Amino acid sequence: MSGTIAAATLPPSFDARAFEQFVSHRSEPTWLTERRRQAFSQFEELSHSSLDEEEWKRIDLRSFRPERYEIRNTLPAQSTFDLLLADRTEFGGRVTHIDGCTQASQLDGTLRKQGVIFGSLQDVLQAHPDLLQDYWMQRAVPNGRDRFSAWHAAFCTGGTVLYVPKGVDVEAPLYSFIGLASENAADLSHTLVILENGASATLLEETASANPDLSGLHIGAVELLVGDGAHLQYVQLQNWGTKVCHFAHQAGRVAGNGSLRWTVGGLGARIAHIHQDVFLDGPAAEAQVNGVTFASEKQLISYYTQQTHAAPFTRSDLLYKQVLRDRARGIWRGMIRVDEGAQKTDGYQRNDTLLLSGDSRADAIPGLEIEADDVRCTHGATAGRVDEEQIFYCMARGISEMEAKHMIVEGFFQTVLDRIPVEVVRETLNRAVEKKLGIERLQGV
Amino acid sequence: MGSLLQIENLHVSVEGKSILKGVQLEIRQGEIHALMGPNGSGKSTLAYALVGHPKYEVTAGKIEVDGVNLLDLDPNERARLGLFLAFQYPVVIPGVKVADFLRHAVSNIRKPDRKEGEGLIPMREFRKELRERMEALGMDTEFARRYLNEGFSGGEKKRMEILQMAMLKPKFAILDETDSGLDSDAVRVVSEGLQKLAGPDTGVLIITHHERLLEFNKPHHTHVMLGGRIVESGDSALAHKLHEEGYAEIRARHPQAAAENAAHEEALTATTAS
Repeated sequence: MSGTIAAATLPPSFDARAFEQFVSHRSEPTWLTERRRQAFSQFEELSHSSLDEEEWKRIDLRSFRPERYEIRNTLPAQSTFDLLLADRTEFGGRVTHIDGCTQASQLDGTLRKQGVIFGSLQDVLQAHPDLLQDYWMQRAVPNGRDRFSAWHAAFCTGGTVLYVPKGVDVEAPLYSFIGLASENAADLSHTLVILENGASATLLEETASANPDLSGLHIGAVELLVGDGAHLQYVQLQNWGTKVCHFAHQAGRVAGNGSLRWTVGGLGARIAHIHQDVFLDGPAAEAQVNGVTFASEKQLISYYTQQTHAAPFTRSDLLYKQVLRDRARGIWRGMIRVDEGAQKTDGYQRNDTLLLSGDSRADAIPGLEIEADDVRCTHGATAGRVDEEQIFYCMARGISEMEAKHMIVEGFFQTVLDRIPVEVVRETLNRAVEKKLGIERLQGV
Repeated sequence: MGSLLQIENLHVSVEGKSILKGVQLEIRQGEIHALMGPNGSGKSTLAYALVGHPKYEVTAGKIEVDGVNLLDLDPNERARLGLFLAFQYPVVIPGVKVADFLRHAVSNIRKPDRKEGEGLIPMREFRKELRERMEALGMDTEFARRYLNEGFSGGEKKRMEILQMAMLKPKFAILDETDSGLDSDAVRVVSEGLQKLAGPDTGVLIITHHERLLEFNKPHHTHVMLGGRIVESGDSALAHKLHEEGYAEIRARHPQAAAENAAHEEALTATTAS
């Protein structure tokens, strides 16, 4: 399997010398530097062994050339992005990163007074050097999970941190943007959300390239830690240009009576592989996972999702909808795990794929591992072409074949969009889908 | 004079099998025609061929509206010329709301030159019209927000077809067994709905096994199909007679067509059974 092959040597931009230089330029708390060192040795070690066959065997990494990319230490002089979410609503705060460097960070004064922390990783580390020690790559995404998580932990370029104290309800959504603007820039940004007990917040995050032809790399991690009775809504719209490689470990942990609503949009990148975990740690914890992915041309978009039920009365509900066009490839491997003590668990996972061309290809593999005996777990996967009878029905009502197809594709996504309570996200995803379909609005509707 | 739908010597095959063998029919705007006949006689085939379903291949003959040849036109172009089919089995379109679907359909029918992405009819005007039409058909306006035909009962689907007809105001409407599979209340609702719509501007072709739909919509002409052609035509009395007495006499008068019909019906049964 070419995809899982071990690397003989580390690329010069990510070898021991590069690492020493990287850490020497960062003024970070000792605990973090030590953790980076540990992660770097894991990265070296894991680079010499193969990736997990089960997770990676369908992903062809032959065209992925790590030596091509390097970490930037300065913001590009100028860059503009065509953003989906940025100006669509009032945000309680925003943090933006370009080429791995913090560009701006802002938080509403009232929220600040309530003890909410929202800013770049560097700023938060400086202001609260010990706050993140128990969280950063400790609970949700471990350093040594695989080559990519170790790579991320060693070379993490920064990222966005949200901390909401006990019982604080952050009503306005917060916004985070991660951009790539220089050829072959590497972004290893981290998103860390900590909601203390009874807190609630919404974080909308998007990624984009300054221009579609830029080659780039993202090795990311997302950690979402939801306390007892806390409620988090997190959205990540991956909208890189189609020459970006995107690898990420993303994990959420939900304590008792807490809830996590997590929406992923997968639109960009040449190769994207996301390992997405939700852990339901406390009784009656809930997670809803929504996936909207649309791949075209030669894109490969892959998800490895796990829903782990570790406590009784927990519920997870995952629905991924993907559309593939041209020669695109979509891969989804899902797993629901139910621990022995997690009785009365309700787990659901489903992946539906619509193939718009004969050359596109989908693999969808659901899975269950259940050790408790009183649970309800269901899973399913479907893949198919646009139904000819649906097209004919639309045409019989005066709608052209192309418009009918577009309508059917939008309808296909609608059933997952319906699950997303934030209107701006629904609208944004809808627009992103229309754009990807090539529908231009010639006149206002 | 209103528009004229002309069907001449129409031959249609499905998957290489000849079903229609020379159908001859003329419908004018404002006329109601009933098309009756036993199973397998080709009634639904005629309906699908008229609106241009790609599986129904016209091998000979012609279909014209006011001299415009429909055979060169896609189904959406035929619809824009004023043809409408109320489907026997309406299709579910998941995630597409009734109101959105109809707004696109209405925009295309009323602006036949509209291209995708061009303006739709104004929302306010459309909503008002839709609400009025739904109320007139005794439909809960909540249906406008539901996904097209998803989770609809048989009666709700048929009523949705009538609603679409009401919104699209076709010149020629073909109703393919719109009364089948419905309880008597639903048949009444659909019949009354059609009665309100079938005026001087609409030519209607009602395909039916039953008589209920025809009680409210008395046909000017009744045609009997057998073995892929129209073997007899008459007025509304013929429909009544067929309903009372069945097709035995017709079969006896047209043994050749009856034999072909029987053979086709047998093949259909065999396919269904296998």
